[in-house]
Amino acid sequence: MKKTLFDKVWDAHVVDTIENGPQVLYIDKHLIHEVTSPQAFNELEDRGIPVFRPNQIVATADHNTPTQNQDQPIKDQLSRKQLEQLSKNCHKNNITLFELGHKYNGIVHVMAPELGITQPGMTMVCGDSHTSTHGAFGTIAFGIGTSQVAQVFASQCLLLTKPKSLRVSVNGKLKNGVLPKDVILYIISKLGTNSGTGYFCEYAGNVFEEMSMEGRMTVCNMSIEMGARGGMIAPDQTTFDYVEGREYAPKGEAFDKKVAHWKTLPTDEGATFDKEYSFDAEDIEPMITYGTNPGMGIKITENIPVEDNASFKKSLEYMNFEAGESLINKPINYVFIGSCTNSRIEDFRVAANFIKGKQKAENVTAWLVPGSKQVESQIIEEGLKDIFDEAGFELRQPGCSACLAMNDDKIPQGEYCVSTSNRNFEGRQGQGSRTILASPLVAAATAVEGKIIDITKQLN
Amino acid sequence: MEKFTTLNSRAIPLQIENVDTDQIIPARFLKATDKKGFGDNVFRDWRYQKDGSVNTDFALNNANYSGTILVAGDNFGCGSSREHAAWALTGYGFKVVVSSFFADIFKGNALNNGLLPVQVSESFLKELLKTIENTPETVINVNLEAQTISVNNINLSESFEIDAYKKTCMINGYDDIDYLLSKKAVIEAFENANS
Repeated sequence: MKKTLFDKVWDAHVVDTIENGPQVLYIDKHLIHEVTSPQAFNELEDRGIPVFRPNQIVATADHNTPTQNQDQPIKDQLSRKQLEQLSKNCHKNNITLFELGHKYNGIVHVMAPELGITQPGMTMVCGDSHTSTHGAFGTIAFGIGTSQVAQVFASQCLLLTKPKSLRVSVNGKLKNGVLPKDVILYIISKLGTNSGTGYFCEYAGNVFEEMSMEGRMTVCNMSIEMGARGGMIAPDQTTFDYVEGREYAPKGEAFDKKVAHWKTLPTDEGATFDKEYSFDAEDIEPMITYGTNPGMGIKITENIPVEDNASFKKSLEYMNFEAGESLINKPINYVFIGSCTNSRIEDFRVAANFIKGKQKAENVTAWLVPGSKQVESQIIEEGLKDIFDEAGFELRQPGCSACLAMNDDKIPQGEYCVSTSNRNFEGRQGQGSRTILASPLVAAATAVEGKIIDITKQLN
Repeated sequence: MEKFTTLNSRAIPLQIENVDTDQIIPARFLKATDKKGFGDNVFRDWRYQKDGSVNTDFALNNANYSGTILVAGDNFGCGSSREHAAWALTGYGFKVVVSSFFADIFKGNALNNGLLPVQVSESFLKELLKTIENTPETVINVNLEAQTISVNNINLSESFEIDAYKKTCMINGYDDIDYLLSKKAVIEAFENANS
């Protein structure tokens, strides 16, 4: 029988099947962080259950971490307590932890791939919906709730019903200035926020084949924003080259053996999907969102649509936008380049390339937050920090930061922020804040201009 | 986990689509290390104004409505995987959430916490919301055994789907950890075969 990439990885991890019920799926790697793990550790302790496979768990501190003065004690008492709890739980259970200050500390979905923890053909979970990021490697990776974190602690397995399969193909040549973020924002704007619910998505076509691993991670990261449990891209030479030589990647002969297996994973020709969509790369342009969910996106040159329903109106009211209006020339005082969607070295290279020789607009506060200590070092080594400093941008220390504002990095009430993060929900970046999602290029251009501009005009 | 079999209750109508888990429980309340207390902050930024005063327009603050059933618009629970959303809803006292569509992770989280997600057709949802708004004292019956949701006294009833295994868990108050621990030998055999 012809199989999809998803089928191959899933089927290889089925431990048991309950008649007319879910399957027991084996989990290769379990990533944890401070926010969604404490209650799971408590649960195990209360029930007297030991952590089954501590060496398959990797922990990092990211959601609550400050992005300034990381060498000093955290001021926020609750944040500090949550991080201390994570450290305590990890030490007690012999779990590898990259705590604040560790050279490998970073956002869970940035840290794991760059250390080679993420590898093709694996099953990976984390108590974080953007775990779908790791699907960029041809991995089944998905977000779970805290009860499931406890289940994986207890058994290294999860009870799951196999999702249906969806393929989104994009073929053709992307226009100048169209980044992977635009591709996924475009797809979500066309399909809506629940089109993928119940499905695992494979991204196919030359656009994804030609993308860097960073770009593929950006795309897979946002699969959850169209409701999909995860997104995947078939592993290829780009994937193997990225994984090779990384800290936790197999070495030498073991690596070659793995590659031989990874090469068998791509979807068989003629395999069928439960649902398929395809798009033309030429139709995609730099995107922005105007509403309060990631599906409310438009090409930067388009006007906000006119719709007559209560949720749409509520959304525009929150954003203080009018139906039918254009966002070009809209003044913006906050710009955030960071988050597990766009805080990898490639994102900062794109931004620096645009910013070089220019100055940040006076009205703008621009935060650049690398996804990990390693990305931070790369930014400095490649001389990008000098470009940012000269242009008046603020390079901060790694963490989730203003993506969900669990630390001090909050956008004030009523202010707009052009953000490279993944969610524009009400209050996501701080109570009353208004988020406009965009690519690192659009974000950088907004910071320089102090307003939203038609970036395509500058590029062509 | 608390057992769930049948429930007769009034309901609170939440006529909003795409309710994300950030709205159910905002990120700033996720710093706790236990499961308690989240109910106080469920829908925090919709229930209260920025100055802390009560938003009287919001359904949960409308004295006409009460009950342990929340009836929401399409695509409920999208966004973050935070199980705190389920803890906030159960902490507030909800036992059932009704919508025409649930996001996957939220649905799983709800079921793991004894909160029953009842997925109904769009037309049934519309009719149900209208009924509650017109007659807030309407009592709704949710029968997990029979997999039906119905409004007593009027001819409004629909059956809903639920995974057979999850149904058994809810009715008996079991959870997945118990089951997975009973499978330890099979799991170890799988590991040995794949190492």
